[in-house]
Amino acid sequence: MSTEARTVHFPAADWGGGVHPYRVGHRKLGMWLFIVSDSLTFSALLMGYAYLRASNVWPTPFPFYPSIVFSSVMTFCLLSSSLTMVFGVSASSHGNKTAARKWILATIFFGVAFIVLHLIEWNHLIGEGLRPFSLPAHWVSTFTTTDGKLPTPLFGATFFTITGLHMFHVATGAVYLSVVAARVKKLKHEDIEISGLYWHFVDLVWMFVFPLIYILSVDVGGHLAK
Amino acid sequence: MSAHVEEEHFAGSNKLFTSIWVWLILLTLIEIFLAYRPMPIHFMLTILLGLSIIKAALIVAYFMHMKFERLSLILTIVPMLVVCICLLFVFFPDSIRSAGLRYEFKEQPPAAEEH
Repeated sequence: MSTEARTVHFPAADWGGGVHPYRVGHRKLGMWLFIVSDSLTFSALLMGYAYLRASNVWPTPFPFYPSIVFSSVMTFCLLSSSLTMVFGVSASSHGNKTAARKWILATIFFGVAFIVLHLIEWNHLIGEGLRPFSLPAHWVSTFTTTDGKLPTPLFGATFFTITGLHMFHVATGAVYLSVVAARVKKLKHEDIEISGLYWHFVDLVWMFVFPLIYILSVDVGGHLAK
Repeated sequence: MSAHVEEEHFAGSNKLFTSIWVWLILLTLIEIFLAYRPMPIHFMLTILLGLSIIKAALIVAYFMHMKFERLSLILTIVPMLVVCICLLFVFFPDSIRSAGLRYEFKEQPPAAEEH
């Protein structure tokens, strides 16, 4: 038997993908897979929220000011941060790392603004007496139905869990982008694009959290103010 | 990292991205407007979810660059995610059933028996 190494031909070309079937590097593919798994985490949380909401009397306590005004401005901040991030990635793809850093810093600014506004909003609700497993007394009296059914105390649990996990993602993203901004000259373009993917995902999640948590719980008739 | 991946330019112009941002802001304003329109919650939920899916699609397609990726990547990620999320709805009818099973405390909860 010959000791000469045989040349093995993998039929990679037969399926048209070559060695890069997705035309992305393994790190970018890894980020996409992380985003898929994180999407399922948030989907499961939102489904849990929908389950509780459908099976209970649900309070709708958010007034126009501060809750809806704050959450709308927060949405504006996140959407704008996505725009600055995509400008940063675009600048990076053209080799302009200085401009990329500038846009990433703008993205971090909007992200931090989001967190600050969200914490003010949380502080307002906690000040009113909302806790993970109990409602403020005046919410209970306002939203008890005419046949005596009490509103569920789990409103706070779902609100703080979902918005808290999202805020944690924003905070993590701000730290991640800070590292990227600091090392932008040393990083490859794809690394900056990957950080952009994460940031846009955080924005994307808010596009579901904002309407489902805030818009669907607006105190339309101003019941709490009466 | 492959060299050919590195060489590729990020498709899409800043003008395109700005127009997507404007659309996202407009859709958000519609959502806020709808919040104060009296309508059954089922209609509201359907419209809001529809708008959210459109917004998510715009973000994924343009900001996350998915529109410019190879079809094999899109087919690997998107259908699986959609199917998994749809499967979560299997729990949902139980929420309506359990609403009818819950004991309603009209007054104080009954005291535990003393032994």
